[in-house]
Amino acid sequence: MNRTLISYLLSFALLAASPLVLNRFWLEVLNSVGLYAILALSLNVILGNAGLYNMGHAAFYAVGAYCAAILNTQLDIPILWSLPICGLVAAAAGALVCRPIIHLRGDYLLIVTVGVGEILRIALVNDIFGLTGGPNGIFGIDRPFLFGYKIRKPHEFLYLIWGFVAMTVFLFYRLRNSRFGRALDYLREDEVAAEGSGINTGRTKLMAFAIGAAWAGMAGALYASKMTIISPESFTFWESVLIFIIVIIGGSGNITGVLLGAFLIIGLPEFLRAYVGEFANARMWFFGLAMMIMMIFRTQGILPPGPRFFRLPKAGKEVSS
Amino acid sequence: MNLLRVEGMTKRFGGLVAVNDVSFSVDEGEVVGLIGPNGAGKTTVFNLITGNYIPDQGQVLFDGASIKGLRTHKIVDAGIARTFQTIRLFQKMSVLENVLAGQHCRMTTGIFGAFLQSPKARAEEQAALDLALEELEFVGLRHEANNLASNLSYGNQRLLEIARALATKPRLLILDEPAGGMNHQETDALLELIRKLRDRGITVFLIEHDMSLVMQACDKLVVLEYGCKIAEGDPESVKNNPKVIEAYLGPDDDEE
Repeated sequence: MNRTLISYLLSFALLAASPLVLNRFWLEVLNSVGLYAILALSLNVILGNAGLYNMGHAAFYAVGAYCAAILNTQLDIPILWSLPICGLVAAAAGALVCRPIIHLRGDYLLIVTVGVGEILRIALVNDIFGLTGGPNGIFGIDRPFLFGYKIRKPHEFLYLIWGFVAMTVFLFYRLRNSRFGRALDYLREDEVAAEGSGINTGRTKLMAFAIGAAWAGMAGALYASKMTIISPESFTFWESVLIFIIVIIGGSGNITGVLLGAFLIIGLPEFLRAYVGEFANARMWFFGLAMMIMMIFRTQGILPPGPRFFRLPKAGKEVSS
Repeated sequence: MNLLRVEGMTKRFGGLVAVNDVSFSVDEGEVVGLIGPNGAGKTTVFNLITGNYIPDQGQVLFDGASIKGLRTHKIVDAGIARTFQTIRLFQKMSVLENVLAGQHCRMTTGIFGAFLQSPKARAEEQAALDLALEELEFVGLRHEANNLASNLSYGNQRLLEIARALATKPRLLILDEPAGGMNHQETDALLELIRKLRDRGITVFLIEHDMSLVMQACDKLVVLEYGCKIAEGDPESVKNNPKVIEAYLGPDDDEE
Protein backbone atom coordinates (compact mmCIF):
# COMPACT_ATOMS: atom_id res chain seq x y z
CA MET A 1 0.00 0.00 0.00
CA ASN A 2 1.30 3.43 -0.76
CA ARG A 3 1.35 6.41 1.54
CA THR A 4 -1.50 8.25 -0.13
CA LEU A 5 -3.85 5.34 0.40
CA ILE A 6 -2.84 4.95 4.06
CA SER A 7 -3.34 8.64 4.79
CA TYR A 8 -6.74 8.52 3.11
CA LEU A 9 -7.84 5.51 5.13
CA LEU A 10 -6.65 7.19 8.35
CA SER A 11 -8.45 10.45 7.53
CA PHE A 12 -11.72 8.72 6.74
CA ALA A 13 -11.40 6.63 9.92
CA LEU A 14 -10.95 9.85 11.90
CA LEU A 15 -14.02 11.32 10.23
CA ALA A 16 -16.02 8.18 10.99
CA ALA A 17 -15.03 8.45 14.66
CA SER A 18 -15.64 12.21 14.87
CA PRO A 19 -19.29 11.99 16.12
CA LEU A 20 -17.86 10.51 19.36
CA VAL A 21 -16.11 13.75 20.26
CA LEU A 22 -17.68 16.55 18.23
CA ASN A 23 -20.89 18.36 19.03
CA ARG A 24 -23.76 19.12 16.63
CA PHE A 25 -22.25 22.39 15.47
CA TRP A 26 -18.95 20.88 14.39
CA LEU A 27 -20.68 17.92 12.75
CA GLU A 28 -22.72 20.38 10.70
CA VAL A 29 -19.51 22.15 9.75
CA LEU A 30 -18.04 18.82 8.65
CA ASN A 31 -21.17 18.08 6.60
CA SER A 32 -20.88 21.43 4.94
CA VAL A 33 -17.20 20.79 4.22
CA GLY A 34 -18.17 17.41 2.73
CA LEU A 35 -20.76 18.89 0.38
CA TYR A 36 -18.32 21.53 -0.80
CA ALA A 37 -15.68 18.82 -1.17
CA ILE A 38 -17.94 16.95 -3.60
CA LEU A 39 -18.66 20.16 -5.49
CA ALA A 40 -14.99 21.12 -5.62
CA LEU A 41 -13.95 17.63 -6.72
CA SER A 42 -16.48 17.83 -9.52
CA LEU A 43 -15.28 21.28 -10.59
CA ASN A 44 -11.72 19.99 -10.35
CA VAL A 45 -12.35 17.69 -13.32
CA ILE A 46 -13.33 20.72 -15.42
CA LEU A 47 -11.07 23.42 -14.00
CA GLY A 48 -8.13 21.51 -12.52
CA ASN A 49 -7.73 18.64 -14.96
CA ALA A 50 -9.08 19.96 -18.25
CA GLY A 51 -8.09 23.59 -17.49
CA LEU A 52 -11.48 25.01 -18.49
CA TYR A 53 -12.43 28.12 -16.52
CA ASN A 54 -15.93 27.42 -15.31
CA MET A 55 -17.28 29.98 -12.84
CA GLY A 56 -20.89 28.91 -13.10
CA HIS A 57 -20.65 25.56 -11.38
CA ALA A 58 -23.48 26.41 -8.97
CA ALA A 59 -25.81 26.11 -11.98
CA PHE A 60 -25.26 22.34 -12.18
CA TYR A 61 -25.52 22.10 -8.37
CA ALA A 62 -28.91 23.85 -8.67
CA VAL A 63 -30.08 21.60 -11.51
CA GLY A 64 -29.39 18.53 -9.36
CA ALA A 65 -31.02 20.01 -6.25
CA TYR A 66 -34.17 21.12 -8.09
CA CYS A 67 -34.33 17.84 -10.01
CA ALA A 68 -34.29 15.89 -6.73
CA ALA A 69 -36.77 18.28 -5.09
CA ILE A 70 -39.25 18.14 -7.97
CA LEU A 71 -39.00 14.36 -8.36
CA ASN A 72 -39.45 13.94 -4.63
CA THR A 73 -42.28 16.39 -3.98
CA GLN A 74 -44.26 15.79 -7.19
CA LEU A 75 -43.63 12.12 -7.91
CA ASP A 76 -42.62 10.81 -4.46
CA ILE A 77 -39.38 9.35 -5.74
CA PRO A 78 -37.03 8.73 -2.77
CA ILE A 79 -33.99 11.01 -2.74
CA LEU A 80 -31.34 8.32 -2.95
CA TRP A 81 -33.12 6.65 -5.87
CA SER A 82 -33.20 9.96 -7.66
CA LEU A 83 -29.42 10.49 -7.26
CA PRO A 84 -28.43 8.88 -10.58
CA ILE A 85 -31.29 10.66 -12.35
CA CYS A 86 -30.16 14.01 -10.92
CA GLY A 87 -26.63 13.23 -12.06
CA LEU A 88 -27.78 12.40 -15.56
CA VAL A 89 -30.03 15.45 -15.83
CA ALA A 90 -27.22 17.72 -14.64
CA ALA A 91 -24.78 16.05 -17.04
CA ALA A 92 -27.21 16.56 -19.91
CA ALA A 93 -27.68 20.20 -18.87
CA GLY A 94 -23.90 20.61 -18.71
CA ALA A 95 -23.33 19.11 -22.14
CA LEU A 96 -26.23 21.04 -23.68
CA VAL A 97 -25.24 24.41 -22.24
CA CYS A 98 -21.57 23.97 -23.03
CA ARG A 99 -21.87 22.65 -26.57
CA PRO A 100 -22.04 26.13 -28.14
CA ILE A 101 -19.44 27.74 -25.86
CA ILE A 102 -16.90 24.94 -25.59
CA HIS A 103 -14.48 26.42 -28.15
CA LEU A 104 -14.06 29.57 -26.04
CA ARG A 105 -10.77 29.91 -24.26
CA GLY A 106 -9.77 30.96 -20.75
CA ASP A 107 -11.30 34.20 -19.59
CA TYR A 108 -13.94 34.24 -22.35
CA LEU A 109 -15.30 30.89 -21.23
CA LEU A 110 -15.24 32.11 -17.63
CA ILE A 111 -17.42 35.12 -18.40
CA VAL A 112 -19.93 33.04 -20.36
CA THR A 113 -20.20 30.47 -17.56
CA VAL A 114 -20.87 33.29 -15.09
CA GLY A 115 -23.73 34.29 -17.38
CA VAL A 116 -25.05 30.73 -17.58
CA GLY A 117 -25.16 30.50 -13.78
CA GLU A 118 -27.03 33.79 -13.48
CA ILE A 119 -29.52 32.91 -16.24
CA LEU A 120 -30.40 29.69 -14.45
CA ARG A 121 -30.75 31.39 -11.06
CA ILE A 122 -33.03 34.07 -12.48
CA ALA A 123 -35.06 31.41 -14.28
CA LEU A 124 -35.51 29.65 -10.92
CA VAL A 125 -36.59 32.90 -9.26
CA ASN A 126 -39.18 33.39 -12.02
CA ASP A 127 -40.73 29.97 -11.34
CA ILE A 128 -39.85 28.50 -14.71
CA PHE A 129 -42.50 26.05 -16.04
CA GLY A 130 -44.30 26.57 -12.71
CA LEU A 131 -42.06 23.89 -11.20
CA THR A 132 -39.46 25.71 -9.15
CA GLY A 133 -41.62 27.63 -6.72
CA GLY A 134 -40.14 31.04 -7.55
CA PRO A 135 -38.13 32.96 -4.94
CA ASN A 136 -39.53 30.83 -2.11
CA GLY A 137 -38.20 27.64 -3.65
CA ILE A 138 -39.43 24.17 -2.85
CA PHE A 139 -40.08 22.88 0.65
CA GLY A 140 -41.15 19.62 2.19
CA ILE A 141 -38.41 17.53 0.59
CA ASP A 142 -38.06 14.11 2.19
CA ARG A 143 -35.06 12.99 4.19
CA PRO A 144 -33.12 10.20 2.54
CA PHE A 145 -33.84 6.60 3.51
CA LEU A 146 -30.99 4.10 3.53
CA PHE A 147 -32.13 0.45 3.85
CA GLY A 148 -35.34 1.65 5.45
CA TYR A 149 -33.51 3.83 7.96
CA LYS A 150 -34.33 7.54 7.91
CA ILE A 151 -31.28 9.78 7.84
CA ARG A 152 -31.98 12.87 9.91
CA LYS A 153 -29.36 13.71 12.55
CA PRO A 154 -26.07 15.50 11.74
CA HIS A 155 -23.92 12.46 12.42
CA GLU A 156 -26.11 10.32 10.16
CA PHE A 157 -25.68 12.85 7.37
CA LEU A 158 -21.97 12.86 8.12
CA TYR A 159 -21.79 9.19 7.14
CA LEU A 160 -23.95 9.70 4.05
CA ILE A 161 -22.08 12.75 2.78
CA TRP A 162 -18.58 11.59 3.59
CA GLY A 163 -19.41 8.13 2.25
CA PHE A 164 -20.27 9.85 -1.00
CA VAL A 165 -17.03 11.85 -0.81
CA ALA A 166 -15.07 8.61 -0.32
CA MET A 167 -16.74 7.03 -3.34
CA THR A 168 -16.06 10.16 -5.39
CA VAL A 169 -12.39 10.21 -4.40
CA PHE A 170 -12.07 6.52 -5.26
CA LEU A 171 -13.71 6.89 -8.69
CA PHE A 172 -11.95 10.14 -9.57
CA TYR A 173 -8.56 8.65 -8.74
CA ARG A 174 -9.32 5.90 -11.21
CA LEU A 175 -10.50 8.46 -13.72
CA ARG A 176 -7.36 10.53 -13.38
CA ASN A 177 -5.13 7.52 -14.03
CA SER A 178 -7.03 6.43 -17.09
CA ARG A 179 -7.01 7.22 -20.80
CA PHE A 180 -9.65 9.90 -20.20
CA GLY A 181 -7.74 11.46 -17.28
CA ARG A 182 -4.59 11.71 -19.35
CA ALA A 183 -6.55 13.24 -22.24
CA LEU A 184 -7.69 16.02 -19.88
CA ASP A 185 -4.07 16.68 -18.90
CA TYR A 186 -2.95 16.86 -22.54
CA LEU A 187 -5.81 19.23 -23.23
CA ARG A 188 -4.76 21.55 -20.41
CA GLU A 189 -1.07 21.45 -21.30
CA ASP A 190 -1.37 22.13 -25.05
CA GLU A 191 -4.62 21.89 -26.94
CA VAL A 192 -3.03 22.02 -30.41
CA ALA A 193 -0.56 19.26 -29.57
CA ALA A 194 -3.36 17.17 -28.03
CA GLU A 195 -5.49 17.43 -31.16
CA GLY A 196 -2.38 16.74 -33.26
CA SER A 197 -1.75 13.59 -31.24
CA GLY A 198 -5.16 12.27 -32.17
CA ILE A 199 -7.29 13.40 -29.22
CA ASN A 200 -10.77 14.65 -29.99
CA THR A 201 -10.39 17.81 -27.93
CA GLY A 202 -13.93 19.10 -28.47
CA ARG A 203 -15.52 15.88 -27.29
CA THR A 204 -13.10 15.52 -24.37
CA LYS A 205 -14.01 19.01 -23.12
CA LEU A 206 -17.72 18.21 -23.31
CA MET A 207 -17.19 14.95 -21.40
CA ALA A 208 -15.27 16.84 -18.73
CA PHE A 209 -18.20 19.24 -18.35
CA ALA A 210 -20.69 16.36 -18.29
CA ILE A 211 -18.81 14.45 -15.57
CA GLY A 212 -18.28 17.58 -13.48
CA ALA A 213 -21.93 18.58 -13.84
CA ALA A 214 -23.13 15.07 -12.98
CA TRP A 215 -21.31 15.09 -9.65
CA ALA A 216 -22.38 18.63 -8.85
CA GLY A 217 -25.96 17.52 -9.58
CA MET A 218 -25.70 14.62 -7.15
CA ALA A 219 -24.25 16.95 -4.52
CA GLY A 220 -27.29 19.13 -5.13
CA ALA A 221 -29.62 16.20 -4.47
CA LEU A 222 -27.85 15.44 -1.17
CA TYR A 223 -28.08 19.09 -0.22
CA ALA A 224 -31.80 19.23 -1.00
CA SER A 225 -32.53 16.26 1.24
CA LYS A 226 -30.34 17.59 4.03
CA MET A 227 -32.03 21.02 4.07
CA THR A 228 -35.54 19.76 3.09
CA ILE A 229 -36.00 23.21 1.59
CA ILE A 230 -34.20 24.79 -1.33
CA SER A 231 -34.43 28.20 -2.92
CA PRO A 232 -32.53 30.16 -5.57
CA GLU A 233 -30.64 31.95 -2.78
CA SER A 234 -28.56 28.81 -2.22
CA PHE A 235 -27.19 28.85 -5.77
CA THR A 236 -25.88 32.35 -6.24
CA PHE A 237 -22.77 33.50 -8.06
CA TRP A 238 -20.96 33.50 -4.72
CA GLU A 239 -21.37 29.72 -4.49
CA SER A 240 -19.65 29.32 -7.86
CA VAL A 241 -16.86 31.61 -6.73
CA LEU A 242 -16.44 29.70 -3.48
CA ILE A 243 -16.12 26.35 -5.30
CA PHE A 244 -13.70 27.93 -7.77
CA ILE A 245 -11.56 29.28 -4.91
CA ILE A 246 -11.46 25.89 -3.17
CA VAL A 247 -10.04 24.27 -6.31
CA ILE A 248 -7.50 27.03 -7.00
CA ILE A 249 -6.30 27.42 -3.40
CA GLY A 250 -6.18 23.69 -2.67
CA GLY A 251 -4.19 22.86 -5.77
CA SER A 252 -6.09 22.52 -9.01
CA GLY A 253 -5.78 19.08 -10.53
CA ASN A 254 -4.90 17.33 -7.28
CA ILE A 255 -7.67 15.48 -5.43
CA THR A 256 -5.95 15.67 -2.02
CA GLY A 257 -5.28 19.37 -2.56
CA VAL A 258 -8.93 20.03 -3.37
CA LEU A 259 -10.09 18.19 -0.22
CA LEU A 260 -7.66 20.24 1.83
CA GLY A 261 -8.99 23.37 0.12
CA ALA A 262 -12.54 22.47 1.16
CA PHE A 263 -11.46 22.17 4.81
CA LEU A 264 -9.60 25.49 4.70
CA ILE A 265 -12.15 27.57 2.82
CA ILE A 266 -15.32 26.16 4.44
CA GLY A 267 -13.99 24.95 7.80
CA LEU A 268 -11.46 27.60 8.73
CA PRO A 269 -13.90 30.57 8.86
CA GLU A 270 -16.09 28.58 11.29
CA PHE A 271 -13.01 27.76 13.34
CA LEU A 272 -12.06 31.44 13.47
CA ARG A 273 -15.60 32.38 14.38
CA ALA A 274 -15.62 29.94 17.29
CA TYR A 275 -12.14 30.34 18.73
CA VAL A 276 -10.97 33.82 17.89
CA GLY A 277 -13.98 35.28 19.57
CA GLU A 278 -13.22 38.99 19.75
CA PHE A 279 -11.86 38.92 16.20
CA ALA A 280 -14.93 37.18 14.82
CA ASN A 281 -15.78 40.17 12.69
CA ALA A 282 -12.28 40.27 11.31
CA ARG A 283 -12.37 36.72 10.00
CA MET A 284 -13.31 37.67 6.42
CA TRP A 285 -10.54 40.24 6.48
CA PHE A 286 -8.08 37.57 7.56
CA PHE A 287 -9.47 35.25 4.93
CA GLY A 288 -9.00 37.76 2.11
CA LEU A 289 -5.47 38.53 3.20
CA ALA A 290 -4.58 34.84 3.28
CA MET A 291 -5.90 34.46 -0.24
CA MET A 292 -3.90 37.41 -1.53
CA ILE A 293 -0.73 36.02 0.01
CA MET A 294 -1.45 32.63 -1.58
CA MET A 295 -1.94 34.07 -5.02
CA ILE A 296 1.30 36.02 -4.82
CA PHE A 297 3.57 33.35 -3.36
CA ARG A 298 2.02 30.04 -4.35
CA THR A 299 -0.08 30.38 -7.48
CA GLN A 300 -0.22 26.63 -8.10
CA GLY A 301 -2.16 26.06 -4.87
CA ILE A 302 -1.19 24.40 -1.61
CA LEU A 303 -0.85 20.88 -3.05
CA PRO A 304 -0.39 20.97 -6.82
CA PRO A 305 -0.51 17.67 -8.73
CA GLY A 306 2.68 15.90 -9.74
CA PRO A 307 3.23 13.97 -12.95
CA ARG A 308 2.27 10.30 -13.08
CA PHE A 309 5.27 8.07 -12.93
CA PHE A 310 5.09 4.49 -14.04
CA ARG A 311 7.05 1.59 -12.67
CA LEU A 312 8.94 0.19 -15.62
CA PRO A 313 10.24 -3.31 -15.00
CA LYS A 314 9.84 -6.18 -17.43
CA ALA A 315 6.78 -7.29 -15.51
CA GLY A 316 5.39 -3.85 -16.29
CA LYS A 317 2.85 -3.24 -13.54
CA GLU A 318 1.54 0.29 -13.64
CA VAL A 319 1.93 2.26 -10.45
CA SER A 320 0.91 5.84 -10.17
CA SER A 321 2.20 8.24 -7.60
CA MET B 1 1.03 4.07 -55.53
CA ASN B 2 0.30 7.55 -54.19
CA LEU B 3 -0.23 7.50 -50.44
CA LEU B 4 -0.73 11.27 -50.30
CA ARG B 5 -1.86 13.43 -53.19
CA VAL B 6 -2.22 17.19 -53.05
CA GLU B 7 -4.01 18.75 -56.01
CA GLY B 8 -4.16 22.47 -56.77
CA MET B 9 -4.04 23.47 -53.11
CA THR B 10 -4.39 27.19 -52.37
CA LYS B 11 -4.55 29.00 -49.04
CA ARG B 12 -4.95 32.74 -48.56
CA PHE B 13 -4.52 34.71 -45.35
CA GLY B 14 -6.25 37.98 -46.12
CA GLY B 15 -4.44 39.39 -49.13
CA LEU B 16 -1.46 37.07 -48.78
CA VAL B 17 -1.46 33.92 -50.88
CA ALA B 18 0.53 31.61 -48.59
CA VAL B 19 0.16 28.53 -50.77
CA ASN B 20 -0.64 28.95 -54.43
CA ASP B 21 -2.00 26.11 -56.58
CA VAL B 22 0.43 23.50 -55.27
CA SER B 23 0.23 19.89 -56.46
CA PHE B 24 2.49 16.97 -55.62
CA SER B 25 2.34 13.41 -54.46
CA VAL B 26 4.05 11.20 -51.91
CA ASP B 27 4.38 7.50 -52.72
CA GLU B 28 4.06 4.77 -50.14
CA GLY B 29 7.42 3.83 -48.61
CA GLU B 30 9.21 6.96 -49.85
CA VAL B 31 11.03 9.64 -47.89
CA VAL B 32 10.01 12.96 -49.43
CA GLY B 33 11.49 16.35 -48.52
CA LEU B 34 9.71 19.68 -48.75
CA ILE B 35 12.28 22.46 -49.08
CA GLY B 36 12.37 26.13 -49.90
CA PRO B 37 13.56 29.46 -48.53
CA ASN B 38 12.13 30.84 -45.28
CA GLY B 39 8.54 31.97 -45.65
CA ALA B 40 7.93 29.85 -48.75
CA GLY B 41 4.84 28.28 -47.18
CA LYS B 42 6.22 24.87 -46.22
CA THR B 43 4.75 24.70 -42.73
CA THR B 44 1.46 26.03 -44.11
CA VAL B 45 1.38 23.08 -46.53
CA PHE B 46 1.86 20.75 -43.55
CA ASN B 47 -0.87 22.51 -41.60
CA LEU B 48 -3.20 22.18 -44.58
CA ILE B 49 -2.56 18.44 -44.83
CA THR B 50 -3.01 17.81 -41.09
CA GLY B 51 -6.22 19.79 -40.83
CA ASN B 52 -4.90 22.69 -38.74
CA TYR B 53 -5.96 24.87 -41.70
CA ILE B 54 -8.51 24.10 -44.37
CA PRO B 55 -7.47 24.75 -48.01
CA ASP B 56 -9.42 27.49 -49.82
CA GLN B 57 -9.13 25.53 -53.04
CA GLY B 58 -7.81 22.16 -54.09
CA GLN B 59 -7.93 18.66 -52.76
CA VAL B 60 -5.98 16.53 -50.31
CA LEU B 61 -6.22 12.79 -50.88
CA PHE B 62 -4.84 10.23 -48.44
CA ASP B 63 -4.84 6.66 -49.62
CA GLY B 64 -7.33 7.63 -52.32
CA ALA B 65 -9.87 9.27 -49.99
CA SER B 66 -10.33 13.01 -49.45
CA ILE B 67 -9.24 14.26 -46.04
CA LYS B 68 -9.87 17.91 -46.81
CA GLY B 69 -11.90 19.61 -44.08
CA LEU B 70 -11.58 16.74 -41.60
CA ARG B 71 -10.63 17.68 -38.07
CA THR B 72 -7.04 17.03 -37.06
CA HIS B 73 -7.76 14.10 -34.75
CA LYS B 74 -9.69 12.37 -37.56
CA ILE B 75 -6.71 12.79 -39.86
CA VAL B 76 -4.42 11.35 -37.19
CA ASP B 77 -6.85 8.47 -36.84
CA ALA B 78 -6.71 7.93 -40.61
CA GLY B 79 -2.93 7.48 -40.33
CA ILE B 80 -1.12 10.81 -40.66
CA ALA B 81 0.97 11.86 -37.65
CA ARG B 82 3.13 14.94 -37.33
CA THR B 83 5.73 16.76 -35.28
CA PHE B 84 5.87 20.52 -34.85
CA GLN B 85 8.45 23.07 -35.95
CA THR B 86 8.32 24.76 -32.58
CA ILE B 87 8.40 21.81 -30.22
CA ARG B 88 4.96 21.21 -28.71
CA LEU B 89 5.42 18.63 -26.02
CA PHE B 90 3.40 18.38 -22.83
CA GLN B 91 6.28 19.93 -20.94
CA LYS B 92 5.13 19.33 -17.37
CA MET B 93 4.32 15.66 -18.00
CA SER B 94 6.64 12.67 -18.04
CA VAL B 95 8.30 11.43 -21.23
CA LEU B 96 6.23 8.25 -21.13
CA GLU B 97 2.97 10.16 -20.66
CA ASN B 98 3.85 12.21 -23.71
CA VAL B 99 4.17 9.07 -25.81
CA LEU B 100 0.94 7.65 -24.36
CA ALA B 101 -0.85 10.65 -25.86
CA GLY B 102 -0.24 9.13 -29.27
CA GLN B 103 -1.86 5.88 -28.20
CA HIS B 104 -5.06 7.66 -27.22
CA CYS B 105 -6.77 7.32 -30.60
CA ARG B 106 -5.95 3.60 -30.75
CA MET B 107 -7.62 2.95 -27.38
CA THR B 108 -11.30 2.71 -26.53
CA THR B 109 -11.67 2.82 -22.72
CA GLY B 110 -14.12 5.55 -21.77
CA ILE B 111 -15.25 7.09 -18.50
CA PHE B 112 -17.17 4.06 -17.28
CA GLY B 113 -14.33 1.77 -18.30
CA ALA B 114 -12.06 3.92 -16.14
CA PHE B 115 -14.46 3.71 -13.17
CA LEU B 116 -14.88 -0.04 -13.40
CA GLN B 117 -11.33 -0.91 -14.50
CA SER B 118 -12.49 -4.08 -16.16
CA PRO B 119 -9.87 -6.68 -17.16
CA LYS B 120 -10.28 -5.48 -20.74
CA ALA B 121 -9.54 -1.87 -19.75
CA ARG B 122 -6.49 -2.95 -17.73
CA ALA B 123 -5.19 -5.07 -20.59
CA GLU B 124 -5.62 -2.19 -23.03
CA GLU B 125 -3.79 0.16 -20.66
CA GLN B 126 -0.93 -2.30 -20.30
CA ALA B 127 -0.70 -2.81 -24.07
CA ALA B 128 -0.57 0.97 -24.59
CA LEU B 129 2.16 1.27 -22.00
CA ASP B 130 4.20 -1.50 -23.63
CA LEU B 131 3.84 0.03 -27.07
CA ALA B 132 4.78 3.47 -25.76
CA LEU B 133 7.94 2.00 -24.23
CA GLU B 134 8.76 0.26 -27.51
CA GLU B 135 8.53 3.54 -29.40
CA LEU B 136 10.74 5.21 -26.78
CA GLU B 137 13.23 2.39 -27.26
CA PHE B 138 13.04 2.94 -31.02
CA VAL B 139 14.05 6.62 -30.77
CA GLY B 140 16.54 5.81 -27.99
CA LEU B 141 14.81 7.53 -25.07
CA ARG B 142 13.62 4.56 -23.03
CA HIS B 143 15.97 5.40 -20.14
CA GLU B 144 14.29 8.83 -19.88
CA ALA B 145 10.76 7.40 -19.58
CA ASN B 146 10.06 8.81 -16.11
CA ASN B 147 11.87 12.09 -16.64
CA LEU B 148 9.90 15.26 -17.29
CA ALA B 149 9.69 16.25 -20.95
CA SER B 150 10.99 19.73 -20.12
CA ASN B 151 14.20 18.21 -18.69
CA LEU B 152 15.24 16.70 -22.04
CA SER B 153 17.77 18.36 -24.32
CA TYR B 154 16.45 20.11 -27.41
CA GLY B 155 17.48 17.27 -29.70
CA ASN B 156 15.88 14.67 -27.44
CA GLN B 157 12.68 16.69 -27.30
CA ARG B 158 12.51 16.43 -31.09
CA LEU B 159 12.99 12.67 -30.81
CA LEU B 160 10.26 12.50 -28.18
CA GLU B 161 7.87 14.26 -30.57
CA ILE B 162 8.69 11.60 -33.16
CA ALA B 163 8.01 8.85 -30.60
CA ARG B 164 4.66 10.44 -29.73
CA ALA B 165 3.76 10.62 -33.41
CA LEU B 166 4.82 6.99 -33.93
CA ALA B 167 2.58 5.87 -31.05
CA THR B 168 -0.43 6.80 -33.20
CA LYS B 169 0.66 4.00 -35.58
CA PRO B 170 0.87 6.27 -38.62
CA ARG B 171 1.29 5.28 -42.25
CA LEU B 172 2.54 8.76 -43.10
CA LEU B 173 4.81 10.63 -40.70
CA ILE B 174 5.18 14.38 -41.23
CA LEU B 175 8.29 15.92 -39.66
CA ASP B 176 8.61 19.71 -39.48
CA GLU B 177 12.33 20.54 -39.28
CA PRO B 178 13.33 17.47 -37.26
CA ALA B 179 17.02 18.48 -37.23
CA GLY B 180 16.31 22.01 -35.98
CA GLY B 181 18.49 22.66 -32.92
CA MET B 182 20.34 19.36 -33.24
CA ASN B 183 24.12 19.08 -33.17
CA HIS B 184 26.12 17.15 -35.75
CA GLN B 185 26.00 13.79 -33.98
CA GLU B 186 22.31 14.12 -33.28
CA THR B 187 21.67 14.89 -36.95
CA ASP B 188 23.58 11.77 -37.97
CA ALA B 189 21.49 9.73 -35.55
CA LEU B 190 18.36 11.33 -37.01
CA LEU B 191 19.37 10.27 -40.52
CA GLU B 192 19.78 6.75 -39.21
CA LEU B 193 16.36 6.98 -37.54
CA ILE B 194 14.68 8.13 -40.76
CA ARG B 195 16.17 5.11 -42.55
CA LYS B 196 14.87 2.83 -39.79
CA LEU B 197 11.43 4.42 -40.20
CA ARG B 198 11.48 3.60 -43.90
CA ASP B 199 12.50 0.04 -43.08
CA ARG B 200 9.41 -0.17 -40.86
CA GLY B 201 7.33 0.74 -43.90
CA ILE B 202 6.42 4.22 -42.69
CA THR B 203 6.30 6.90 -45.36
CA VAL B 204 8.12 10.08 -44.26
CA PHE B 205 7.40 13.61 -45.46
CA LEU B 206 9.70 16.23 -43.98
CA ILE B 207 10.64 19.89 -44.02
CA GLU B 208 14.32 20.49 -43.43
CA HIS B 209 16.90 23.21 -43.92
CA ASP B 210 19.91 20.96 -43.38
CA MET B 211 20.65 20.23 -47.05
CA SER B 212 23.15 17.49 -46.34
CA LEU B 213 20.48 15.61 -44.37
CA VAL B 214 17.85 16.25 -47.05
CA MET B 215 20.11 15.05 -49.87
CA GLN B 216 21.04 11.88 -47.99
CA ALA B 217 17.64 11.01 -46.56
CA CYS B 218 15.16 11.83 -49.31
CA ASP B 219 14.11 9.86 -52.37
CA LYS B 220 12.30 12.87 -53.75
CA LEU B 221 12.12 16.60 -53.14
CA VAL B 222 9.39 19.19 -53.58
CA VAL B 223 10.60 22.80 -53.71
CA LEU B 224 8.43 25.79 -52.79
CA GLU B 225 9.09 29.47 -53.28
CA TYR B 226 6.61 32.23 -52.40
CA GLY B 227 3.88 29.62 -52.01
CA CYS B 228 4.37 28.12 -55.48
CA LYS B 229 5.94 24.82 -56.39
CA ILE B 230 9.05 25.46 -58.49
CA ALA B 231 10.46 21.97 -58.73
CA GLU B 232 9.75 18.32 -57.94
CA GLY B 233 11.97 15.31 -58.48
CA ASP B 234 14.90 13.32 -57.19
CA PRO B 235 17.50 15.19 -55.11
CA GLU B 236 20.14 15.21 -57.85
CA SER B 237 17.95 16.80 -60.51
CA VAL B 238 16.49 19.31 -58.02
CA LYS B 239 19.98 20.33 -56.93
CA ASN B 240 20.89 21.21 -60.51
CA ASN B 241 17.58 22.85 -61.36
CA PRO B 242 18.32 26.51 -62.28
CA LYS B 243 15.07 27.73 -60.71
CA VAL B 244 16.01 26.13 -57.39
CA ILE B 245 19.53 27.55 -57.49
CA GLU B 246 18.07 30.97 -58.17
CA ALA B 247 15.59 30.66 -55.31
CA TYR B 248 18.34 29.81 -52.85
CA LEU B 249 21.24 31.90 -54.13
CA GLY B 250 19.51 34.75 -55.91
CA PRO B 251 19.65 35.46 -59.68
CA ASP B 252 22.97 35.13 -61.50
CA ASP B 253 24.62 38.54 -61.88
CA ASP B 254 25.84 37.77 -65.41
CA GLU B 255 22.30 37.54 -66.70
CA GLU B 256 21.39 41.06 -65.64
